[in-house]
Amino acid sequence: MNIGVIVFPGSNCDRDCAHVVSDVIGQSVYLIWHQDTSLRGMDAVILPGGFSYGDYLRTGAIAHLSPIMEAVKTFAKQGGLVLGICNGFQILLEAGLLPGAMLRNQNLSFICEEIYVRVENADTPFTNHCQPGQVLQIPIAHAEGNYYTDPISLSSLQAHAQVVFRYCDKEGRVTPEANPNGSLDHIAGLRNAAGNVLGMMPHPERCSESILSNTDGLAIFQSIVASMTNRSSTLAF
Amino acid sequence: MNKGVLPLSSPPLSKDVIEQHGLSGEEYQQILKHLGREPNLTELGIFSVMWSEHCSYKSSRIHLKRFPTAGPRVVQGPGENAGAVDIGEGLAAVFKMESHNHPSFIEPFQGAATGVGGILRDIFTMGARPIALLDSLRFGELDIPKNQHLLKGVVSGISFYGNCIGVPTIGGEITFNDIYSKNPLVNVFCLGIVKKDRLLRGLAQGEGNSVLYIGAKTGRDGIHGATMASDSFDDASEKKRPNVQVGDPFLEKLLLEACLEFLEQDLLVGIQDMGAAGLTSSSCEMAARSGTGIELDVALVPRREPKMTPYEVLLSESQERMLLVATPGKQDAVLKICRKWGIDAAVIGKVTDDGLLRVKDGVRTVAEIPAKALAEEGPRYDRPAAPPPYQDFLQSLNVDALPDVKDPGEALLALLRSPTIASKAWVFRQYDYMVGTNTVVCPGSDAAVVRLKGTTKALAITTDGNSRYCLLNPHMGGSLAVAEAARNLACSGAQPVGVTDCLNFGNPERPDIMWQFVMAVEGIADACRAFDIPVVSGNVSFYNETNGLSIYPTPILGMVGVIDSPDHITTQWFKQSGDHILLLGQNNEDLGGTEYLKVIHSREQGLIPWLDMDVERRLHHCLLDLIRKGWVQSAHDCSEGGLLVTLAECCLTHPLSPLGARITIPPHPIRLDALLFGESPSRVVISVKPEHRVCVMEAIRESDVPLTDLGTVAESNFEVNVQTTPPASFIHFSLSEHHMAEVWQQSLSSQLAGHE
Repeated sequence: MNIGVIVFPGSNCDRDCAHVVSDVIGQSVYLIWHQDTSLRGMDAVILPGGFSYGDYLRTGAIAHLSPIMEAVKTFAKQGGLVLGICNGFQILLEAGLLPGAMLRNQNLSFICEEIYVRVENADTPFTNHCQPGQVLQIPIAHAEGNYYTDPISLSSLQAHAQVVFRYCDKEGRVTPEANPNGSLDHIAGLRNAAGNVLGMMPHPERCSESILSNTDGLAIFQSIVASMTNRSSTLAF
Repeated sequence: MNKGVLPLSSPPLSKDVIEQHGLSGEEYQQILKHLGREPNLTELGIFSVMWSEHCSYKSSRIHLKRFPTAGPRVVQGPGENAGAVDIGEGLAAVFKMESHNHPSFIEPFQGAATGVGGILRDIFTMGARPIALLDSLRFGELDIPKNQHLLKGVVSGISFYGNCIGVPTIGGEITFNDIYSKNPLVNVFCLGIVKKDRLLRGLAQGEGNSVLYIGAKTGRDGIHGATMASDSFDDASEKKRPNVQVGDPFLEKLLLEACLEFLEQDLLVGIQDMGAAGLTSSSCEMAARSGTGIELDVALVPRREPKMTPYEVLLSESQERMLLVATPGKQDAVLKICRKWGIDAAVIGKVTDDGLLRVKDGVRTVAEIPAKALAEEGPRYDRPAAPPPYQDFLQSLNVDALPDVKDPGEALLALLRSPTIASKAWVFRQYDYMVGTNTVVCPGSDAAVVRLKGTTKALAITTDGNSRYCLLNPHMGGSLAVAEAARNLACSGAQPVGVTDCLNFGNPERPDIMWQFVMAVEGIADACRAFDIPVVSGNVSFYNETNGLSIYPTPILGMVGVIDSPDHITTQWFKQSGDHILLLGQNNEDLGGTEYLKVIHSREQGLIPWLDMDVERRLHHCLLDLIRKGWVQSAHDCSEGGLLVTLAECCLTHPLSPLGARITIPPHPIRLDALLFGESPSRVVISVKPEHRVCVMEAIRESDVPLTDLGTVAESNFEVNVQTTPPASFIHFSLSEHHMAEVWQQSLSSQLAGHE
C-alpha cells in the first residue's frame, strides 16, 4: 500500500505518522509537500497533526487553502481514504470535508495527556480492527479540540453513525469528567457521510509501539491497511 | 593599528554616553587601544553589547576554566553554539542550557517563549534536529498573586513556543522560594541529535565567501537586551518591557527545517544564531573563531521598520534570525531552500582576510573593529571574592533546640502539599511532551527518557540544582547538584556522558556573590571530575537581583546519560504489589537546609549534607549493575523531602493509579525527623520482585553499599512503622494512598485556581 502524509509548513507530526506507516506497519510512505497538486496515486492520505501556518488566523484556516488540498478534496470525493489527526482534523473541518468547527478547549489551555475514547462505530475503514464499544487509550495534545456544530447537523451526525469516537473513562463510560476539552456530545472523532474521511483529535501514531508503553493506536493503522486490501481484492475480482 | 581608510574619525563621546552604554572608564580606555582612535557611537554600541557580562563572561571566564571539558566522548566542548558528545552509532547528542531570567520577569510569556526559541536555535545551528526540551524554573511562593502571574505566564510561553515548533518538553523541575519573587529564573535546556561527522559550527572561513542573512526581518525589538541582562533590576524595570523580544515559533519551525536541509545538502561553511547582541555577535564571533574578518552592509538587511539606523540594525535582538556562510557555488541552493520554506534571505556581506568586522551602510563605512577585540579580547576580571559575614549565621543551627516530629503522617502530608514537592502535572499537561514519538519516560520520573529511533539506545536527561544548599554551602551545594543529577540518571538506567550548566547568581561586583560563584564552580568542577562527566556547554547569568536583594546562588545542571538497551529503562514508581522495597545508602542526621525544616520549622539554615564521592560512585555502579541484570522494578533518588517523601512518590507517581506500601524502618541512632525527612545524599529506593530479593541483597552487600530492607509494595494504604531507640518505642501511622494522591496532585492547581 502507498500512504501519503501531507506536509504543511508547521506540520510537526508528519514524521511520526510516516514512522508508524513504514517502520511499524511496513507500508510504503510518501511525504507530500503542500505546494504539490497531485497525490501521485496514493491509496490513502494522512493529514498529520501540528501547527500548520502556526495556527495563525484560526487552526487549519490557512492550510486548507494550500494547493494540495484541491487534490485531497478530489481524492475524497472519489472515495479515497483520508485520515486527519489533530491539526489534520481541524484542516478537514476548514476544508468542508467534515462538518463543524473547533473551539478552544474549555479550560483555555493546551492539554497533553492520555485519555480514553470509546469506539462508537467499528464499521468504518479506520476502525474495522476494533470492537464496537471498545475503549482505546490514546493521547491528546491540543488547545482547540472542543468540537462544535449546530443542533441539526449534530442530530444528522448521530443518526448516520458518523460519530466514530467519544471521550470516555477507563471503563468506557461517557461522562462530563472524562471529556477533556468540553467537546460537544463528547465527540473525539468523526467521519463523513460517505465514510471514507475520518477526523480525530487523539494521536494514534503516538501509541503504536510497545516501547511507548501503549499500542492502542495501532488498530487505526491496521484497519486502514485491511480496508485497502479488501478494496483492492474487490476491485481485482 | 587600524589599517585602511579611516572615514571613522569621530568627536570624542561624552562621559554620559559611555556610562549609558554600561562601559567603565577603564573599559573605554581599552577600546581606544584596540581601535587606535575614538569610537563612533555605532562602534561604542557594538563594544557595549559584546563586552557586556552576558556576551563576554568577563567576570566568570577565568573561573570557568576549572571545569573538566575534555573526554573521549566529547565531540565539541564549550565555545560553540552548543556542546556535543558521542553517544555511539555514529551519532552525537548536542545540548546546552541557557537562562532567560531577566526578560521573563519583565514579560513572562514572551520572555520564556523567546528563551525556548533561542536555545532551540543554538541546537539546530549545529545541524542537529532538536528532540527534547527541559525547563528549570524558580519562582516566589504562590500566596503572592504576582508570582502566580509569573508562573502562569512562563508556563504558557514555554507551551506556546515548544508545542508549536513540535519539539517535546519532556521534563525539568520547579521549586518555589520567596527569594525569587522579584527575580524568577527561567533556564531552558535543549538536546538534539546529529551524525557526529556532520556537526556544523559557527565558522566564517574562505575569503570572498558570501555571508547570508536568513529568517525574520529586523526590527527595533530587544535593542540592548544583552546589556539589560547584565544589569540589576529596580522597581522601574517594567519600563524595560520594550527591550523584550517577541517570538514566532512558526517561523522558527521553517528555519529549523531549512537549516536541516542545508546540512543534508552540505551547503554551508558555517552558521550561527543571532541571539544576544544579534547581528553583531554572530558576525564577529564567527570571524574571530576562524581568524578571518567579515564585511557587512546593513543596507541589505531585511527590515520590518523604516528608518532604522546602522546602530539599531546591528544591536537589534529580533528573534528567529541566522547568519550563515555558504560553501562557494552553493549560495543559490541556499536561497532556493529559503524560498521553498518562505523565509527571507539576503546576501549581506562577505568573508575577508583582514580580521576586521567592517560594517557599511551602502557605500559609507560605519564601523570597523578587529573581530577578536570584540569576541575574544574583551575585559577579563578576577573580581574580589570573600565569604559574606552572614555565612556563619546561615550555617549555625542548633537542631537540638527544635522539637522532633510528633506526627510524621501530618508532616508527610504537609511536605507533599509543598509546591516544590507537589505534582507538577498542572504544568506539564500544558506541554506537548510526546510529539516526535520518542518520549519513553514522560515527565514525573527522576529523569526523562527519549529513545533514538533506528538504534536500541535511549538517552536519559535530567536538570537539577538545590539553591538552598548552595546558599548554605556553595561549594558542597555545587557538588551535590552534580551528584543528584548523576544519581537521577543512574536511577533511570543511564550512564552519564556529559553535562551543561546554567549558573544563576547575583551581582558579581559584590565580593560575597563572587565568592558564592567561585565556590559553586569549584564544587561542580570537583564533582564532575570525580564522576568523570565533562562540561560541554553552559551559560552564566549574573545580576539576578532586584533592589539590592540577590537570589540564592542557583547553579542548575542539565545532565545527559546513555541507556544501552530498552530493557534497562527504569522508572521511579512501584510496579507491583508484593515487590520488596530496599533502601541503598546511609541515613545520616542531615536536617540542615532541608525542605522539611523550611516547611515545618520555617528555617533555611544549617549545615548541609556532606557528599562522599566514593560512596556516591559505588552507589551508581551498584545500581546500574542491578538494573542491567534485570533485577530492578523501580528506582527513585532520595532528595527533597527525604526518605518518606521518596517512598510516597514511589507510590503516587504510577501513571495509572497509586499503589500503597507496608514500610518498617529499623532503629537508627538519629532523630526521628532526620531519619524520615533528612536529605542525606547517596540514597536510592528500589523495588524488586520477591524472587530477586535475595540475590539483589547479596549483590548490594558485595558492592559495599549500605542496605536497609524497608518492606513491601501493597495494593492500597501507606503504612509506616518506625522502631526508635533509645528510648525503645514504636511509631505507627497509616494514610490512604488516595488521600495522599489527592493532596499531592491538587496542591499546585488549587493554589493557582481562581486568580487572573
